[in-house]
Amino acid sequence: MKILVCMSVVPDTTTQIRFKPDMNSLETSGIQWIINPWDELALTRALEIREQPDSGVTQVSVIHIGLKDADPVIQKALAVGADSAYRVNVAAAGAMEVACQLSEVVKKEHFDLVIAGHDSADYNGSAVGEMLAELLDWISFSSICSLAAAKDSITIEREMDTRTETIIAHPPCVITIQKGIAKDPRIPSLRGIMGARSKPLLQLEPIPCAGSAAFVKFENPAQRSKCRMIDPAKPEELVELLRNEANV
Amino acid sequence: MSVLIYASHDGGKFPKSVLELASYAFALANKTGGQVTALVTGNPVGPELDKLGKSGVSKILLTPEPMGPAFDNRAYAALLASAAQASGASCVLFSDGAISRAVAPRVAVRLQAGYAAGVMGLPESIEPFRIRRSVFTGKAYGFVEITSPVKVMILARNSWQIAETPVACTIENFIPGITAPEAGFEVVKVEEQTGAIRLQDAEVVVSGGRGLKSGDNWKILEDLAGSLGAAMACSRPVADEGWRPHQEHVGQTGKVIAPNLYFACGISGAIQHIGGISSSRVIVAINKDPEAPIFQFARFGIVGDLFQVLPALTQAIKKLKSE
Ligand SMILES: Cc1cc2nc3c(=O)[nH]c(=O)nc-3n(C[C@H](O)[C@H](O)[C@H](O)COP(=O)(O)OP(=O)(O)OC[C@H]3O[C@@H](n4cnc5c(N)ncnc54)[C@H](O)[C@@H]3O)c2cc1C
Repeated sequence: MKILVCMSVVPDTTTQIRFKPDMNSLETSGIQWIINPWDELALTRALEIREQPDSGVTQVSVIHIGLKDADPVIQKALAVGADSAYRVNVAAAGAMEVACQLSEVVKKEHFDLVIAGHDSADYNGSAVGEMLAELLDWISFSSICSLAAAKDSITIEREMDTRTETIIAHPPCVITIQKGIAKDPRIPSLRGIMGARSKPLLQLEPIPCAGSAAFVKFENPAQRSKCRMIDPAKPEELVELLRNEANV
Repeated sequence: MSVLIYASHDGGKFPKSVLELASYAFALANKTGGQVTALVTGNPVGPELDKLGKSGVSKILLTPEPMGPAFDNRAYAALLASAAQASGASCVLFSDGAISRAVAPRVAVRLQAGYAAGVMGLPESIEPFRIRRSVFTGKAYGFVEITSPVKVMILARNSWQIAETPVACTIENFIPGITAPEAGFEVVKVEEQTGAIRLQDAEVVVSGGRGLKSGDNWKILEDLAGSLGAAMACSRPVADEGWRPHQEHVGQTGKVIAPNLYFACGISGAIQHIGGISSSRVIVAINKDPEAPIFQFARFGIVGDLFQVLPALTQAIKKLKSE
Protein backbone atom coordinates (compact mmCIF):
# COMPACT_ATOMS: atom_id res chain seq x y z
CA MET A 1 0.00 0.00 0.00
CA LYS A 2 1.33 3.42 -1.00
CA ILE A 3 0.24 6.35 1.16
CA LEU A 4 0.17 9.98 0.06
CA VAL A 5 -0.19 12.68 2.72
CA CYS A 6 -1.49 16.04 1.50
CA MET A 7 0.32 18.90 3.10
CA SER A 8 -0.44 22.58 3.23
CA VAL A 9 2.11 25.07 4.46
CA VAL A 10 0.69 27.66 6.83
CA PRO A 11 1.85 30.51 9.08
CA ASP A 12 3.01 29.38 12.51
CA THR A 13 -0.07 29.18 14.74
CA THR A 14 1.12 32.08 16.93
CA THR A 15 1.42 34.46 13.96
CA GLN A 16 -0.39 37.74 14.15
CA ILE A 17 -2.25 37.87 10.85
CA ARG A 18 -1.75 41.06 8.83
CA PHE A 19 -2.66 41.88 5.26
CA LYS A 20 -1.03 44.01 2.55
CA PRO A 21 -2.24 47.66 2.55
CA ASP A 22 -4.78 46.96 -0.22
CA MET A 23 -6.19 44.12 1.96
CA ASN A 24 -6.08 41.76 -1.01
CA SER A 25 -3.50 39.31 0.27
CA LEU A 26 -1.59 38.18 3.32
CA GLU A 27 1.44 40.18 4.44
CA THR A 28 3.98 37.38 4.39
CA SER A 29 7.05 39.25 5.61
CA GLY A 30 8.32 37.94 8.92
CA ILE A 31 6.06 34.86 8.86
CA GLN A 32 7.46 31.55 10.05
CA TRP A 33 5.96 28.78 7.88
CA ILE A 34 5.07 25.34 9.24
CA ILE A 35 3.43 22.11 8.09
CA ASN A 36 -0.30 22.50 8.71
CA PRO A 37 -0.79 20.93 12.19
CA TRP A 38 -3.43 18.43 11.00
CA ASP A 39 -1.27 17.31 8.09
CA GLU A 40 1.67 16.88 10.44
CA LEU A 41 -0.45 14.53 12.57
CA ALA A 42 -1.54 12.64 9.44
CA LEU A 43 2.10 12.19 8.46
CA THR A 44 3.01 11.08 11.98
CA ARG A 45 0.35 8.36 11.90
CA ALA A 46 1.28 7.24 8.38
CA LEU A 47 4.90 6.82 9.48
CA GLU A 48 3.91 4.92 12.61
CA ILE A 49 1.91 2.51 10.46
CA ARG A 50 4.70 2.02 7.94
CA GLU A 51 7.01 0.97 10.78
CA GLN A 52 4.67 -1.87 11.76
CA PRO A 53 5.90 -5.00 9.93
CA ASP A 54 2.47 -6.37 9.00
CA SER A 55 0.83 -3.12 7.88
CA GLY A 56 1.61 -3.70 4.21
CA VAL A 57 2.61 -0.04 3.80
CA THR A 58 5.57 0.24 1.43
CA GLN A 59 5.79 3.97 0.90
CA VAL A 60 4.76 7.22 2.58
CA SER A 61 5.06 10.34 0.44
CA VAL A 62 3.92 13.91 0.97
CA ILE A 63 2.58 16.36 -1.59
CA HIS A 64 2.22 20.11 -1.55
CA ILE A 65 0.60 22.29 -4.17
CA GLY A 66 2.51 25.56 -4.11
CA LEU A 67 5.60 27.50 -5.00
CA LYS A 68 9.27 26.91 -4.32
CA ASP A 69 9.41 28.91 -1.08
CA ALA A 70 7.62 25.97 0.59
CA ASP A 71 10.55 23.63 -0.04
CA PRO A 72 12.24 24.13 3.36
CA VAL A 73 8.97 23.12 5.07
CA ILE A 74 8.59 20.12 2.77
CA GLN A 75 12.16 19.15 3.71
CA LYS A 76 10.99 18.87 7.29
CA ALA A 77 8.46 16.21 6.28
CA LEU A 78 11.30 14.27 4.64
CA ALA A 79 13.45 14.77 7.74
CA VAL A 80 10.86 13.17 10.04
CA GLY A 81 10.62 10.13 7.76
CA ALA A 82 8.58 10.60 4.57
CA ASP A 83 10.18 8.64 1.71
CA SER A 84 9.65 11.21 -0.99
CA ALA A 85 7.87 14.47 -1.69
CA TYR A 86 6.07 16.07 -4.61
CA ARG A 87 5.43 19.72 -5.17
CA VAL A 88 3.19 20.88 -7.99
CA ASN A 89 4.51 24.28 -8.91
CA VAL A 90 1.45 26.51 -8.91
CA ALA A 91 -0.15 29.04 -6.57
CA ALA A 92 -3.66 27.57 -6.41
CA ALA A 93 -6.51 30.00 -5.81
CA GLY A 94 -8.81 27.59 -4.00
CA ALA A 95 -9.61 24.07 -2.81
CA MET A 96 -10.94 22.99 -6.20
CA GLU A 97 -7.69 23.86 -7.98
CA VAL A 98 -5.67 22.06 -5.28
CA ALA A 99 -7.83 18.93 -5.50
CA CYS A 100 -7.56 18.94 -9.30
CA GLN A 101 -3.73 19.05 -9.22
CA LEU A 102 -3.67 16.34 -6.55
CA SER A 103 -5.91 14.02 -8.55
CA GLU A 104 -3.45 14.07 -11.43
CA VAL A 105 -0.51 13.00 -9.25
CA VAL A 106 -2.52 10.36 -7.38
CA LYS A 107 -3.52 8.74 -10.68
CA LYS A 108 -0.07 8.93 -12.28
CA GLU A 109 1.80 7.63 -9.24
CA HIS A 110 -0.76 4.96 -8.29
CA PHE A 111 -1.30 5.81 -4.64
CA ASP A 112 -3.74 3.62 -2.72
CA LEU A 113 -4.49 5.72 0.32
CA VAL A 114 -4.56 9.52 0.39
CA ILE A 115 -4.72 11.28 3.74
CA ALA A 116 -5.77 14.90 4.10
CA GLY A 117 -6.12 17.06 7.20
CA HIS A 118 -9.49 18.15 8.53
CA ASP A 119 -8.75 21.77 7.85
CA SER A 120 -5.94 24.04 6.79
CA ALA A 121 -4.93 26.62 9.39
CA ASP A 122 -4.79 29.38 6.75
CA TYR A 123 -7.99 29.54 4.73
CA ASN A 124 -9.86 26.83 6.64
CA GLY A 125 -11.53 25.39 3.56
CA SER A 126 -11.74 21.78 4.80
CA ALA A 127 -12.74 20.61 1.36
CA VAL A 128 -9.68 19.26 -0.43
CA GLY A 129 -9.95 15.61 0.65
CA GLU A 130 -13.57 15.18 -0.36
CA MET A 131 -13.17 17.11 -3.62
CA LEU A 132 -10.24 14.91 -4.50
CA ALA A 133 -12.24 11.74 -3.77
CA GLU A 134 -15.08 12.97 -5.97
CA LEU A 135 -12.69 13.76 -8.82
CA LEU A 136 -11.14 10.30 -8.53
CA ASP A 137 -14.52 8.65 -7.95
CA TRP A 138 -13.10 6.97 -4.84
CA ILE A 139 -14.77 6.17 -1.55
CA SER A 140 -13.83 8.55 1.23
CA PHE A 141 -14.19 8.97 4.95
CA SER A 142 -13.96 12.16 6.91
CA SER A 143 -13.71 13.04 10.64
CA ILE A 144 -11.37 10.08 11.12
CA CYS A 145 -9.86 9.85 14.60
CA SER A 146 -7.98 6.54 14.34
CA LEU A 147 -6.29 4.61 11.56
CA ALA A 148 -4.69 1.16 11.32
CA ALA A 149 -3.63 -0.77 8.22
CA ALA A 150 -3.34 -4.48 7.42
CA LYS A 151 -2.15 -5.50 3.93
CA ASP A 152 -5.06 -4.55 1.69
CA SER A 153 -7.48 -3.00 4.15
CA ILE A 154 -7.61 -0.19 6.66
CA THR A 155 -9.52 0.06 9.92
CA ILE A 156 -10.68 3.54 10.84
CA GLU A 157 -12.85 5.24 13.40
CA ARG A 158 -15.18 7.93 12.13
CA GLU A 159 -16.80 10.49 14.40
CA MET A 160 -20.09 11.53 12.85
CA ASP A 161 -22.38 14.16 14.34
CA THR A 162 -24.03 11.83 16.83
CA ARG A 163 -22.06 8.59 16.72
CA THR A 164 -18.67 6.97 16.33
CA GLU A 165 -18.31 4.18 13.78
CA THR A 166 -15.57 1.62 13.30
CA ILE A 167 -15.12 0.90 9.60
CA ILE A 168 -13.09 -1.56 7.58
CA ALA A 169 -12.40 -0.18 4.13
CA HIS A 170 -10.54 -1.39 1.09
CA PRO A 171 -8.38 1.19 -0.64
CA PRO A 172 -8.15 3.01 -2.92
CA CYS A 173 -9.72 5.68 -0.76
CA VAL A 174 -9.26 9.14 0.67
CA ILE A 175 -9.50 9.81 4.38
CA THR A 176 -9.70 13.18 6.09
CA ILE A 177 -8.33 13.06 9.61
CA GLN A 178 -9.03 15.03 12.76
CA LYS A 179 -8.04 15.08 16.41
CA GLY A 180 -7.02 11.76 17.93
CA ILE A 181 -5.26 10.27 14.89
CA ALA A 182 -1.80 10.68 16.46
CA LYS A 183 -0.54 12.33 19.59
CA ASP A 184 2.57 14.42 19.15
CA PRO A 185 4.20 15.25 15.85
CA ARG A 186 7.73 13.97 15.33
CA ILE A 187 10.74 16.21 15.72
CA PRO A 188 13.40 15.80 13.06
CA SER A 189 16.68 14.30 14.29
CA LEU A 190 20.04 15.49 13.02
CA ARG A 191 20.37 12.24 11.10
CA GLY A 192 16.92 12.74 9.64
CA ILE A 193 17.80 16.25 8.50
CA MET A 194 20.99 15.03 6.82
CA GLY A 195 19.17 12.09 5.22
CA ALA A 196 16.38 14.32 3.88
CA ARG A 197 18.81 15.98 1.48
CA SER A 198 19.23 12.80 -0.50
CA LYS A 199 15.51 11.98 -0.66
CA PRO A 200 13.57 12.95 -3.78
CA LEU A 201 11.61 16.21 -3.74
CA LEU A 202 10.05 16.21 -7.19
CA GLN A 203 8.85 19.43 -8.70
CA LEU A 204 5.97 18.82 -11.12
CA GLU A 205 4.42 21.28 -13.54
CA PRO A 206 0.68 21.94 -13.08
CA ILE A 207 -2.06 20.71 -15.37
CA PRO A 208 -4.77 23.22 -16.40
CA CYS A 209 -7.34 23.41 -13.56
CA ALA A 210 -10.15 25.92 -13.27
CA GLY A 211 -11.91 26.93 -10.10
CA SER A 212 -14.72 29.37 -9.49
CA ALA A 213 -14.20 30.57 -5.92
CA ALA A 214 -11.39 32.83 -4.79
CA PHE A 215 -10.68 35.34 -2.04
CA VAL A 216 -10.88 38.91 -3.22
CA LYS A 217 -10.26 40.81 0.01
CA PHE A 218 -9.66 40.41 3.72
CA GLU A 219 -10.60 42.12 6.94
CA ASN A 220 -9.15 42.17 10.44
CA PRO A 221 -11.66 41.58 13.23
CA ALA A 222 -13.13 44.61 14.97
CA GLN A 223 -11.49 45.58 18.27
CA ARG A 224 -13.12 43.70 21.09
CA SER A 225 -14.69 45.81 23.78
CA LYS A 226 -12.77 45.94 27.02
CA CYS A 227 -13.25 43.16 29.53
CA ARG A 228 -15.43 44.17 32.46
CA MET A 229 -13.91 42.99 35.74
CA ILE A 230 -16.05 41.65 38.52
CA ASP A 231 -15.18 41.37 42.20
CA PRO A 232 -14.52 37.68 42.99
CA ALA A 233 -16.45 38.11 46.21
CA LYS A 234 -19.59 39.09 44.28
CA PRO A 235 -20.38 36.32 41.81
CA GLU A 236 -24.07 37.32 41.86
CA GLU A 237 -23.04 40.49 40.03
CA LEU A 238 -21.76 38.38 37.14
CA VAL A 239 -24.95 36.34 37.10
CA GLU A 240 -27.03 39.54 36.88
CA LEU A 241 -24.86 40.94 34.10
CA LEU A 242 -25.12 37.76 32.10
CA ARG A 243 -28.84 37.77 32.46
CA ASN A 244 -29.48 41.42 31.73
CA GLU A 245 -26.69 42.64 29.49
CA ALA A 246 -25.66 39.50 27.71
CA ASN A 247 -29.17 38.12 27.50
CA VAL A 248 -28.26 34.61 28.58
CA MET B 1 -31.94 32.89 -6.49
CA SER B 2 -33.61 29.60 -5.57
CA VAL B 3 -32.01 27.87 -2.66
CA LEU B 4 -31.82 24.20 -1.69
CA ILE B 5 -30.99 23.37 1.91
CA TYR B 6 -30.07 20.00 3.30
CA ALA B 7 -32.25 19.66 6.40
CA SER B 8 -30.48 16.93 8.35
CA HIS B 9 -32.04 15.65 11.54
CA ASP B 10 -31.14 13.63 14.60
CA GLY B 11 -33.59 10.75 14.82
CA GLY B 12 -36.44 12.78 13.32
CA LYS B 13 -35.78 16.10 15.08
CA PHE B 14 -34.28 19.12 13.37
CA PRO B 15 -31.45 20.61 15.42
CA LYS B 16 -31.25 24.35 15.98
CA SER B 17 -28.56 24.65 13.32
CA VAL B 18 -30.99 23.46 10.63
CA LEU B 19 -33.66 25.97 11.64
CA GLU B 20 -30.99 28.69 11.56
CA LEU B 21 -30.09 27.45 8.09
CA ALA B 22 -33.72 27.60 6.94
CA SER B 23 -34.05 31.17 8.23
CA TYR B 24 -30.82 32.16 6.55
CA ALA B 25 -31.87 30.53 3.28
CA PHE B 26 -35.19 32.41 3.42
CA ALA B 27 -33.39 35.73 3.89
CA LEU B 28 -31.07 34.95 0.96
CA ALA B 29 -33.89 33.81 -1.31
CA ASN B 30 -35.95 36.85 -0.36
CA LYS B 31 -33.13 39.25 -1.12
CA THR B 32 -32.56 37.71 -4.55
CA GLY B 33 -36.12 36.79 -5.51
CA GLY B 34 -36.45 33.04 -5.10
CA GLN B 35 -37.77 30.27 -2.91
CA VAL B 36 -36.36 27.78 -0.45
CA THR B 37 -36.57 24.03 -0.99
CA ALA B 38 -35.43 21.60 1.70
CA LEU B 39 -34.22 18.06 1.13
CA VAL B 40 -35.17 15.76 3.99
CA THR B 41 -34.10 12.12 4.15
CA GLY B 42 -35.83 9.41 6.15
CA ASN B 43 -39.05 10.08 7.95
CA PRO B 44 -39.45 13.00 10.36
CA VAL B 45 -43.09 13.31 11.42
CA GLY B 46 -45.49 16.09 10.42
CA PRO B 47 -45.03 18.55 13.31
CA GLU B 48 -41.28 18.53 12.77
CA LEU B 49 -41.73 19.20 9.05
CA ASP B 50 -44.06 22.10 9.93
CA LYS B 51 -41.12 23.79 11.62
CA LEU B 52 -39.42 24.14 8.24
CA GLY B 53 -42.45 25.90 6.76
CA LYS B 54 -42.51 28.25 9.73
CA SER B 55 -38.90 29.18 8.99
CA GLY B 56 -39.53 30.00 5.35
CA VAL B 57 -39.24 26.71 3.46
CA SER B 58 -41.76 26.59 0.56
CA LYS B 59 -41.17 23.04 -0.55
CA ILE B 60 -39.93 19.89 1.13
CA LEU B 61 -38.45 17.08 -0.94
CA LEU B 62 -38.87 13.92 1.09
CA THR B 63 -36.70 10.98 0.16
CA PRO B 64 -35.70 7.66 1.71
CA GLU B 65 -32.23 7.41 3.29
CA PRO B 66 -29.89 6.72 0.37
CA MET B 67 -28.67 3.58 2.08
CA GLY B 68 -28.82 1.60 5.29
CA PRO B 69 -26.88 2.35 8.41
CA ALA B 70 -23.57 2.93 6.64
CA PHE B 71 -23.23 6.57 5.77
CA ASP B 72 -21.69 6.83 2.31
CA ASN B 73 -20.43 10.27 1.30
CA ARG B 74 -20.86 9.44 -2.38
CA ALA B 75 -24.48 8.40 -2.10
CA TYR B 76 -25.45 11.57 -0.21
CA ALA B 77 -23.51 13.76 -2.61
CA ALA B 78 -25.27 12.16 -5.57
CA LEU B 79 -28.63 12.62 -3.86
CA LEU B 80 -28.04 16.28 -3.08
CA ALA B 81 -26.71 17.09 -6.52
CA SER B 82 -29.74 15.41 -8.04
CA ALA B 83 -32.12 17.36 -5.77
CA ALA B 84 -30.33 20.60 -6.63
CA GLN B 85 -30.84 19.94 -10.32
CA ALA B 86 -34.45 18.85 -9.87
CA SER B 87 -35.33 21.98 -7.89
CA GLY B 88 -33.35 24.30 -10.16
CA ALA B 89 -31.36 25.61 -7.20
CA SER B 90 -28.58 28.05 -7.84
CA CYS B 91 -27.46 27.86 -4.25
CA VAL B 92 -27.08 24.70 -2.13
CA LEU B 93 -26.72 25.33 1.58
CA PHE B 94 -25.63 23.15 4.48
CA SER B 95 -25.46 23.69 8.24
CA ASP B 96 -22.04 23.03 9.73
CA GLY B 97 -21.24 19.53 10.98
CA ALA B 98 -19.37 16.34 10.16
CA ILE B 99 -21.93 15.18 7.58
CA SER B 100 -21.98 18.50 5.74
CA ARG B 101 -18.20 18.67 5.64
CA ALA B 102 -18.18 15.15 4.21
CA VAL B 103 -20.76 15.80 1.52
CA ALA B 104 -20.78 19.47 0.47
CA PRO B 105 -17.35 19.53 -1.24
CA ARG B 106 -18.39 16.52 -3.35
CA VAL B 107 -21.65 18.23 -4.30
CA ALA B 108 -19.63 21.26 -5.41
CA VAL B 109 -17.52 19.08 -7.71
CA ARG B 110 -20.60 17.38 -9.15
CA LEU B 111 -22.38 20.67 -9.85
CA GLN B 112 -19.21 22.44 -10.97
CA ALA B 113 -20.04 24.96 -8.31
CA GLY B 114 -17.84 27.37 -6.39
CA TYR B 115 -17.61 26.39 -2.76
CA ALA B 116 -17.28 28.24 0.54
CA ALA B 117 -17.45 26.82 4.07
CA GLY B 118 -18.16 28.71 7.28
CA VAL B 119 -19.90 31.64 5.60
CA MET B 120 -21.31 34.35 7.84
CA GLY B 121 -24.09 36.75 6.94
CA LEU B 122 -25.78 37.49 3.64
CA PRO B 123 -23.61 38.12 0.58
CA GLU B 124 -22.01 41.56 0.46
CA SER B 125 -23.06 41.70 -3.18
CA ILE B 126 -24.93 39.34 -5.50
CA GLU B 127 -23.33 40.46 -8.81
CA PRO B 128 -20.51 39.59 -8.39
CA PHE B 129 -21.40 37.11 -5.68
CA ARG B 130 -19.25 37.95 -2.65
CA ILE B 131 -19.62 36.41 0.76
CA ARG B 132 -17.76 36.73 4.06
CA ARG B 133 -16.21 33.91 6.05
CA SER B 134 -13.70 33.54 8.78
CA VAL B 135 -10.09 32.63 7.94
CA PHE B 136 -6.88 31.88 9.83
CA THR B 137 -8.88 30.04 12.48
CA GLY B 138 -10.88 33.06 13.59
CA LYS B 139 -8.04 35.57 13.37
CA ALA B 140 -9.42 37.39 10.31
CA TYR B 141 -12.20 37.44 7.71
CA GLY B 142 -12.04 36.94 3.98
CA PHE B 143 -14.49 37.67 1.18
CA VAL B 144 -14.89 34.85 -1.33
CA GLU B 145 -16.06 35.67 -4.81
CA ILE B 146 -17.93 32.83 -6.49
CA THR B 147 -18.25 33.08 -10.26
CA SER B 148 -20.05 29.84 -11.14
CA PRO B 149 -23.83 29.80 -11.77
CA VAL B 150 -24.33 27.41 -8.84
CA LYS B 151 -22.88 28.00 -5.37
CA VAL B 152 -22.39 25.45 -2.59
CA MET B 153 -21.92 26.83 0.91
CA ILE B 154 -21.81 25.78 4.56
CA LEU B 155 -23.24 28.31 7.02
CA ALA B 156 -21.08 29.00 10.10
CA ARG B 157 -22.47 27.77 13.40
CA ASN B 158 -24.53 30.12 15.47
CA SER B 159 -24.14 32.93 12.94
CA TRP B 160 -27.80 33.51 12.06
CA GLN B 161 -30.84 34.06 14.26
CA ILE B 162 -33.85 31.82 13.79
CA ALA B 163 -36.78 33.93 12.57
CA GLU B 164 -40.49 33.16 12.32
CA THR B 165 -41.23 33.62 8.63
CA PRO B 166 -44.10 31.23 7.91
CA VAL B 167 -44.84 30.41 4.27
CA ALA B 168 -47.12 27.90 2.56
CA CYS B 169 -45.13 24.70 2.42
CA THR B 170 -45.76 21.72 0.16
CA ILE B 171 -44.31 18.26 0.63
CA GLU B 172 -43.28 16.15 -2.34
CA ASN B 173 -41.83 12.69 -2.48
CA PHE B 174 -38.54 12.85 -4.28
CA ILE B 175 -37.13 9.85 -6.10
CA PRO B 176 -33.65 10.68 -7.31
CA GLY B 177 -32.46 9.01 -10.51
CA ILE B 178 -29.32 7.59 -8.95
CA THR B 179 -28.06 4.11 -8.27
CA ALA B 180 -26.33 3.40 -5.00
CA PRO B 181 -22.58 3.01 -5.44
CA GLU B 182 -20.92 -0.25 -4.47
CA ALA B 183 -19.94 0.07 -0.84
CA GLY B 184 -16.28 -0.92 -0.69
CA PHE B 185 -16.39 -0.73 3.08
CA GLU B 186 -18.28 -2.08 6.04
CA VAL B 187 -19.23 -0.56 9.36
CA VAL B 188 -18.30 -3.09 12.02
CA LYS B 189 -19.22 -1.14 15.14
CA VAL B 190 -21.40 1.85 16.00
CA GLU B 191 -21.37 3.77 19.25
CA GLU B 192 -24.26 6.19 19.58
CA GLN B 193 -23.58 9.31 21.62
CA THR B 194 -26.31 9.65 24.13
CA GLY B 195 -27.11 11.66 27.22
CA ALA B 196 -24.65 14.48 27.54
CA ILE B 197 -25.27 17.73 25.71
CA ARG B 198 -23.33 17.83 22.48
CA LEU B 199 -20.55 20.36 22.59
CA GLN B 200 -21.09 21.80 19.11
CA ASP B 201 -24.80 22.42 19.64
CA ALA B 202 -24.56 23.74 23.18
CA GLU B 203 -25.78 27.25 24.00
CA VAL B 204 -23.56 27.43 27.05
CA VAL B 205 -20.14 25.81 27.43
CA VAL B 206 -18.07 25.50 30.60
CA SER B 207 -14.41 24.89 29.85
CA GLY B 208 -11.45 24.07 32.07
CA GLY B 209 -7.70 24.39 31.58
CA ARG B 210 -4.50 23.45 33.28
CA GLY B 211 -5.47 25.81 36.11
CA LEU B 212 -7.65 23.02 37.52
CA LYS B 213 -4.40 21.21 38.37
CA SER B 214 -5.73 17.64 38.04
CA GLY B 215 -8.48 15.61 36.42
CA ASP B 216 -9.78 14.85 39.92
CA ASN B 217 -10.80 18.48 40.41
CA TRP B 218 -13.42 18.56 37.69
CA LYS B 219 -16.41 18.29 40.04
CA ILE B 220 -16.56 22.08 40.62
CA LEU B 221 -16.69 22.56 36.86
CA GLU B 222 -19.33 19.85 36.41
CA ASP B 223 -21.41 21.50 39.10
CA LEU B 224 -21.24 24.85 37.33
CA ALA B 225 -22.14 23.18 34.02
CA GLY B 226 -25.00 21.36 35.72
CA SER B 227 -26.45 24.59 37.12
CA LEU B 228 -26.47 26.13 33.63
CA GLY B 229 -27.36 23.08 31.54
CA ALA B 230 -24.03 23.58 29.81
CA ALA B 231 -21.76 21.26 27.83
CA MET B 232 -18.19 20.67 28.99
CA ALA B 233 -15.01 21.56 27.11
CA CYS B 234 -11.30 21.81 27.88
CA SER B 235 -7.97 23.13 26.63
CA ARG B 236 -5.56 20.91 24.74
CA PRO B 237 -3.10 20.10 27.57
CA VAL B 238 -6.06 18.88 29.63
CA ALA B 239 -7.02 16.39 26.91
CA ASP B 240 -3.38 15.45 26.30
CA GLU B 241 -2.94 14.67 30.01
CA GLY B 242 -6.01 12.47 29.82
CA TRP B 243 -7.83 14.54 32.45
CA ARG B 244 -10.76 14.81 30.03
CA PRO B 245 -11.76 12.92 26.84
CA HIS B 246 -10.33 14.31 23.62
CA GLN B 247 -13.84 15.04 22.28
CA GLU B 248 -13.92 17.98 24.72
CA HIS B 249 -10.75 19.62 23.42
CA VAL B 250 -11.49 22.96 21.74
CA GLY B 251 -9.15 25.13 19.72
CA GLN B 252 -7.09 25.15 16.58
CA THR B 253 -6.42 21.41 16.76
CA GLY B 254 -9.67 20.46 18.48
CA LYS B 255 -13.30 21.44 17.97
CA VAL B 256 -14.31 24.90 16.84
CA ILE B 257 -17.41 26.06 18.69
CA ALA B 258 -19.60 29.16 18.80
CA PRO B 259 -21.89 29.05 21.84
CA ASN B 260 -23.77 32.04 23.21
CA LEU B 261 -21.78 31.85 26.43
CA TYR B 262 -18.33 30.37 27.04
CA PHE B 263 -16.74 30.10 30.49
CA ALA B 264 -12.94 29.81 30.37
CA CYS B 265 -11.80 28.60 33.79
CA GLY B 266 -8.08 28.34 34.49
CA ILE B 267 -7.32 28.79 30.78
CA SER B 268 -4.56 31.22 29.84
CA GLY B 269 -6.01 32.12 26.43
CA ALA B 270 -3.25 30.93 24.08
CA ILE B 271 -3.92 31.98 20.49
CA GLN B 272 -4.49 28.34 19.46
CA HIS B 273 -7.17 28.01 22.11
CA ILE B 274 -8.85 31.28 21.09
CA GLY B 275 -9.05 30.00 17.49
CA GLY B 276 -11.63 27.47 18.61
CA ILE B 277 -13.84 29.80 20.65
CA SER B 278 -13.51 33.31 19.24
CA SER B 279 -16.95 33.22 17.63
CA SER B 280 -18.62 32.72 21.03
CA ARG B 281 -21.03 35.58 21.68
CA VAL B 282 -19.99 36.20 25.29
CA ILE B 283 -16.78 34.93 26.88
CA VAL B 284 -16.35 34.90 30.65
CA ALA B 285 -12.82 34.36 32.01
CA ILE B 286 -11.94 33.19 35.48
CA ASN B 287 -8.21 33.25 36.14
CA LYS B 288 -5.94 34.10 39.05
CA ASP B 289 -3.51 35.95 36.81
CA PRO B 290 -4.78 39.46 35.90
CA GLU B 291 -2.32 39.53 33.00
CA ALA B 292 -3.62 36.30 31.41
CA PRO B 293 -4.28 36.90 27.67
CA ILE B 294 -7.76 35.41 27.99
CA PHE B 295 -8.95 38.73 29.49
CA GLN B 296 -8.25 40.43 26.14
CA PHE B 297 -10.92 38.28 24.56
CA ALA B 298 -13.40 38.08 27.41
CA ARG B 299 -16.40 40.33 27.90
CA PHE B 300 -16.52 39.66 31.65
CA GLY B 301 -13.67 38.59 33.89
CA ILE B 302 -13.03 37.53 37.46
CA VAL B 303 -9.49 37.59 38.80
CA GLY B 304 -9.38 35.00 41.54
CA ASP B 305 -8.78 31.44 42.62
CA LEU B 306 -11.16 29.25 40.66
CA PHE B 307 -11.39 26.76 43.53
CA GLN B 308 -13.25 29.47 45.45
CA VAL B 309 -14.86 31.43 42.63
CA LEU B 310 -16.50 28.50 40.82
CA PRO B 311 -18.46 27.04 43.78
CA ALA B 312 -19.61 30.55 44.74
CA LEU B 313 -20.71 31.23 41.17
CA THR B 314 -22.61 27.94 41.03
CA GLN B 315 -24.38 28.89 44.26
CA ALA B 316 -25.31 32.31 42.89
CA ILE B 317 -26.75 30.75 39.72
CA LYS B 318 -28.76 28.17 41.67
CA LYS B 319 -30.08 30.89 43.94
CA LEU B 320 -31.21 33.02 41.02
CA LYS B 321 -32.82 30.04 39.30
CA SER B 322 -34.78 29.09 42.41
CA GLU B 323 -36.15 32.63 42.78
C1 LIG C 1 0.21 23.77 16.79
C2 LIG C 1 -0.44 23.99 18.11
C3 LIG C 1 -1.80 23.74 18.23
C4 LIG C 1 -2.44 23.93 19.47
N1 LIG C 1 -3.79 23.70 19.54
C5 LIG C 1 -4.44 23.95 20.70
C6 LIG C 1 -5.86 23.78 20.81
O1 LIG C 1 -6.52 23.35 19.86
N2 LIG C 1 -6.47 24.06 21.97
C7 LIG C 1 -5.77 24.50 23.06
O2 LIG C 1 -6.42 24.76 24.09
N3 LIG C 1 -4.45 24.66 23.00
C8 LIG C 1 -3.76 24.38 21.85
N4 LIG C 1 -2.40 24.51 21.81
C9 LIG C 1 -1.69 24.76 23.08
C10 LIG C 1 -1.69 26.21 23.50
O3 LIG C 1 -0.57 26.84 22.91
C11 LIG C 1 -1.57 26.32 25.03
O4 LIG C 1 -0.42 25.63 25.45
C12 LIG C 1 -2.77 25.78 25.78
O5 LIG C 1 -3.98 26.28 25.25
C13 LIG C 1 -2.68 26.16 27.24
O6 LIG C 1 -3.70 25.51 27.97
P1 LIG C 1 -4.21 26.09 29.34
O7 LIG C 1 -4.70 27.46 29.14
O8 LIG C 1 -5.15 25.09 29.90
O9 LIG C 1 -2.91 26.03 30.27
P2 LIG C 1 -1.93 27.18 30.74
O10 LIG C 1 -1.46 28.01 29.62
O11 LIG C 1 -0.94 26.51 31.61
O12 LIG C 1 -2.85 28.11 31.61
C14 LIG C 1 -3.36 27.78 32.86
C15 LIG C 1 -4.02 29.03 33.40
O13 LIG C 1 -4.66 28.72 34.63
C16 LIG C 1 -4.49 29.80 35.53
N5 LIG C 1 -4.62 29.25 36.89
C17 LIG C 1 -3.78 28.38 37.52
N6 LIG C 1 -4.26 28.08 38.75
C18 LIG C 1 -5.41 28.78 38.92
C19 LIG C 1 -6.35 28.89 39.97
N7 LIG C 1 -6.23 28.22 41.11
N8 LIG C 1 -7.41 29.70 39.79
C20 LIG C 1 -7.57 30.40 38.63
N9 LIG C 1 -6.71 30.32 37.60
C21 LIG C 1 -5.64 29.52 37.74
C22 LIG C 1 -3.12 30.35 35.22
O14 LIG C 1 -3.03 31.70 35.60
C23 LIG C 1 -3.05 30.16 33.69
O15 LIG C 1 -3.50 31.33 33.01
C24 LIG C 1 -1.73 24.34 20.60
C25 LIG C 1 -0.36 24.59 20.48
C26 LIG C 1 0.28 24.43 19.25
C27 LIG C 1 1.75 24.72 19.17
